[in-house]
Order: sequence, then C-alpha cells, then structure tokens
Amino acid sequence: MFFLRRHYTHPEFRIGMNEMWPQAPGIAAWGLMTGVAMVKSGMSVVESLAMTLLVFAGSSQLAAIPLLVAGAPMWVILATGFCVNLRFVVFSLHLRPYLIHLPRWERMAHGYLTADLSYVLFTRRYPRPAADAEGRRAQEAYLAGNCFVNWASWMLPSIVGIVLANFIPTQWGLGFAGILCLVGILCSLASTRLRIVSAAVAGAVAVATWALPLKLNIVVAIAAAVLLCLGLEKLRPATQEAPS
Amino acid sequence: MMAGTTDLWTLMVIAGLAVVTVVARSFFFISNKSWNLPHWAQRGLQYAPIAALSAVVLPEVVMAQGHLVGTWADARLYAATAGALAYFWRRDVLLTILVGMAVYLPLHLGGGW
Repeated sequence: MFFLRRHYTHPEFRIGMNEMWPQAPGIAAWGLMTGVAMVKSGMSVVESLAMTLLVFAGSSQLAAIPLLVAGAPMWVILATGFCVNLRFVVFSLHLRPYLIHLPRWERMAHGYLTADLSYVLFTRRYPRPAADAEGRRAQEAYLAGNCFVNWASWMLPSIVGIVLANFIPTQWGLGFAGILCLVGILCSLASTRLRIVSAAVAGAVAVATWALPLKLNIVVAIAAAVLLCLGLEKLRPATQEAPS
Repeated sequence: MMAGTTDLWTLMVIAGLAVVTVVARSFFFISNKSWNLPHWAQRGLQYAPIAALSAVVLPEVVMAQGHLVGTWADARLYAATAGALAYFWRRDVLLTILVGMAVYLPLHLGGGW
C-alpha cells in the first residue's frame, strides 16, 4: 500500500507508478464522467463523494445508481454490485499466491486497491509469485505504486466531476453517460458466444419482468441467464469457450 | 432516494457496496485456508457479470415509466446503439461514451427526444 514506508521507499514502487501513468488519462476521463453521472442521476454531493471515496469500483457504482434511484432494497443493490464485481473474484484466485504470506488486513487492503488495470499490469510484470522475501517485497512495492497512480487518477477527477456537475442543468441528461459507460463495459465482456447469449437473455428477462416489486427483475434476469448458459454448456461440452 | 438530498439509507447502501468491493477483490485470499469454488460456480462466473450489466442497462435504454418505449423518437435508443458500434469499432469504452453522448445530446436537447 502506498502509505507503507517499506513500499514507497522501494525502487519497484516507482516502476509500478511509471507503468500505470500511460493509463491515467483514460482512467481520469472515466472517473470524471462517473462523478458527473452520479450527481446528475439525483444523488446528493455528500452521497456521491461517499460513494466515490468508499466504493472505488466504477462499474458497480454506475450499476447501483439506477437501482438506488428506483428505491430497490439493499440486498438487491448489493447482489447486483457483487455480480458486476465477479471478475475480481476470478482475479483474487490468481493473486492469492502473491499475497497470502501477508497478514489478513494487508491482503485485504491490497485487494481493495487492486482494480482491473493494476491486476493486468501486475500479473504481466510478474508472471510468477516470488520465491523469496526480497522478491515478495519488490512485488508488493510494485503493486502499491501501480495502485496508487490508478487510485489517484480515478479519485481526483471523480471529485472534480461531482463538483462540476452541480453547475450543469439536469435537463441536459448527462446522467445517461453512466449508462453509456456500462454499455461499453458490457460490449467489452461480450467475448464468447455464450456470454452474448447471457447478455441477451438477461436484458430481455429484465424488461419482461420489469413489473416485479423490489427490482427483483434484475435478480430474476441474472439467475435466468446464468442457469440457461450453464445448461447450454452441458449440451455442447466446452470446445472453444476459453475464459478471458 | 430523493434527488439532491442525503439520506441515511443511501449512505448505508454505499457502505455496503464498499464492503462488496473489498470482499470481491480479496475473495480467495480472505481465508488462510486454500479452497476452490465448485465447478458449476466457476463456470457461472463467466456469465454473471455481463448478465448483471445487461439487466441494469437494457431497461434504462428501452423503457420509460415502466413500459417499453412506444416511439422511435427516443434519443437513448440511438445513443446506446451508436455507443455499442463505436465500441466494436475501436474497442474503447471512452469512445463509446463520447460517441453515444454526441448522438444523445443533439437529439435530446435539440430535438426534444
């Protein structure tokens, strides 16, 4: 973590920062837009700031906004957020051998701060977990530096977006940028045929069961899509469906 | 949730979402014990995220006041389509937003769609 001396004084910390810098403008633009979208969807400045500073996960923040606005129950919002975040569950399995030697709170702090790009860059630089103490220290320092740049280039523009959004009329409809962002992430996940089936089924079911109370249409849609895809997998045993 | 006002329930949901971030990102190294998900759950991980996004997004694009939009004069339809096409053109989420808003704002503000 960037606040630990043994991390930020290590040379790998700077290397981790340098490898993240080229990504910073893209992260910043997305953060800015998320900040604007939160406020323009009807969240207060305090709520938006709390969400940015605490949740630190763009796609689950954006997915939660329409559900918050619709007054969905907490468990539906949290379950939807968790589903959107399931990719991190897969990442955590991969990161386990790199971090498991640390005390639990440090592991979880590393986990909390490691978003998509840091995971990708970290596992690219270190295809294997270190075998000795010095190697482990270097890997932790790299991860800390990398995550620090990611965190800062997300947080600062998000806060700017929240403040600026106060001066933009709601009628402009800038909140829709949040939905467009989710459209982009959705397209980026559409990497196999069964995932496209999953998206199509979930979307159709969510619309068809819209009238269900408590926003349960979201839960029903996810369950229907996942069960159908697992069923289709059984019919056509894994041939080309490589996980990405 | 009331527009523009802060309420405790929303703040509690936000705190819950923060816990969800921590749990999801450290899922397999919270416990010291090594363990694995059952096979079906591992396979399910492939399909749930895109399903969740689609279930949230599609109603926001094609529905208004709880019904399918009955008109083609709705800026969201064209903006979302243009955004998706832009994604598959350049594989860039940021471009999706920019192109989508470039379609959305003129139709919405200029055309009143």
